[in-house]
Amino acid sequence: MFVQESIEEVALADRPERKKKLGILFWICVVWLLINLIAAVFANFLPIQNPLIQDYTAINSSPSWHHLFGTDDLGRDIFSRVVYGSRVSIEAGLGAMVIGFGLGAPLGMLAAYRRGKFDSILTMFMYIFLAFPAIIATIAILSFWTPRSLLKIIIVIGVASIPLVYRVIRTATLNVATKDYVIAAKVQGATDRRIMVKELLPNVAPIGVSFLLIGIATVVVLEGSLAFLGLSVNPPTPSWGNMINEARTILQVNPWLAIFPSLAMCLFLLCLNFIGDRLRSHFDVTESKL
Amino acid sequence: MLIGIVFVITVGAFYLIHLLPGDPAVVILGTGDSPVNKAKLYAQLGLNKPVYQQYFVWINNVLHGRLGNSFISGDSVWGTVKNAIPIDLELMVISQILAFASAIPLAMRSAKKPDGWLDRFLSAGSFTLLSIPSFIAIVLLVLFVAIDLGIPHTGVSSYVSLGTDWIGNLESLSLPSIVLAVGSFVVYYRILRSDLIATLQEEYITMARSKGISQRRIMWRHALRPSSVALLGTAGVNIGGLLAGGFIVQFLLDIPGLGYLLISSIGLSDYLVVQAIVLVVAVGVILINFFFDFLINIVDPRISRE
Repeated sequence: MFVQESIEEVALADRPERKKKLGILFWICVVWLLINLIAAVFANFLPIQNPLIQDYTAINSSPSWHHLFGTDDLGRDIFSRVVYGSRVSIEAGLGAMVIGFGLGAPLGMLAAYRRGKFDSILTMFMYIFLAFPAIIATIAILSFWTPRSLLKIIIVIGVASIPLVYRVIRTATLNVATKDYVIAAKVQGATDRRIMVKELLPNVAPIGVSFLLIGIATVVVLEGSLAFLGLSVNPPTPSWGNMINEARTILQVNPWLAIFPSLAMCLFLLCLNFIGDRLRSHFDVTESKL
Repeated sequence: MLIGIVFVITVGAFYLIHLLPGDPAVVILGTGDSPVNKAKLYAQLGLNKPVYQQYFVWINNVLHGRLGNSFISGDSVWGTVKNAIPIDLELMVISQILAFASAIPLAMRSAKKPDGWLDRFLSAGSFTLLSIPSFIAIVLLVLFVAIDLGIPHTGVSSYVSLGTDWIGNLESLSLPSIVLAVGSFVVYYRILRSDLIATLQEEYITMARSKGISQRRIMWRHALRPSSVALLGTAGVNIGGLLAGGFIVQFLLDIPGLGYLLISSIGLSDYLVVQAIVLVVAVGVILINFFFDFLINIVDPRISRE
């Protein structure tokens, strides 16, 4: 009987990884991210208050109809600051990943497809680059590279992410490049470009997208950490990290200033992580491959 | 390969200063700018020589243990860094023990019945925790927990060194250790769980079950070892990242480790200390990675034969 039970358990273990629907939560997360994105892009046209206007008659006020999320220590509306603040996170996340994937992904695919000297030299170079403590270098470069701007943050983080993207994409491509259908395409005389785009890319893309989402989440957290060090965008421009950092000194007076941006950031990250995870299990990519 | 990595890292640490616009001497000296200091700095870094020779002057000094004195505080650079290292080690050890001690048994429980209520609960929980950055966790913990319980959470004086009072020391490290441990736990739990589920489908596990070996023994003896390769690899990277990567935790809770030192030196534009930290952390990361590669080879000897 025990054996029977175990076999059932084994069968059970097999099931969830296969034939999984994306599920309602997945779509809720997608919608939430879209709402965030649209709100960030069109913040200027939304009927919300100016995030910079200081209302001294309402300082550190609690949430109310007039100020949905309350106001901060300078009387600025927290709701509109959270909405405008999402711009920094989204721009940093997307921007850095555009750089990271723009250079890392093609190089990784090319290296895995071509192999040979090109591959071994490039891979060694990337692995050495990876051994360098990137976070420390990022902080050091950003703090000594004045004046600060979001663009510089994006460039530094983006460049630092290239070897990571390269490694993931190269490993993913390697798994595909030796498959029979790729060899068959080659035998049929398909050009390298055609094989890369038509045969390799569709198979590497799911892993790439999963990693892209994780990457964006990581950059958003990193930008928040930089804000705590005063290395992110300059005040009074709102960013989620800036706001939480400002709230730190007046936690007991005005907890709302910490809670709402934290909530916004955590929900954003939760959605990114969840979508990435679902896509991964949907395309049957195990966690250890990333 | 190792020598290559060390070479590149030292070059990187050294030329970080040349990446930045402006005269390196001005950047390094900062407020401590005086003709005497300038002469000292030129001797130490060989700044009057061509760029490639500067590196050899500097690396020669480093290899002889001469990291020099900070031009900002006047203290020995190596002495400053040396004082911070034990704190990082302690945080690392405590948080990793907590993380592994909770991740391994919980991952086993989850893997035993995937999609069972415990697995669902833990997966959802780990997902939520994964999405809470450490700085938010700290702010919220301080707001809702630490203030009420009287756990030390802020102020430079809150840190008690291990030598003076070990209970006070553990108390002052409790909050940062827990935050770091939770971050590691989430990663370890998820990886070990998915690998365990895959391992438990292997035929030798069915074989072991049919021989009547107890569930506990199957888990610990037969399933854990082959499932832990990815876990160890990730742990190596993760622990390496904790070295000064936990800077935000140290910074927010005033724990004077390497991360805290890094931030405060950057604030003071104390370039030589920053450079020394980059060097120390890079070497530490390499050592940790080698240690975990070694562990992986013990756990799965096939890897080294390939």
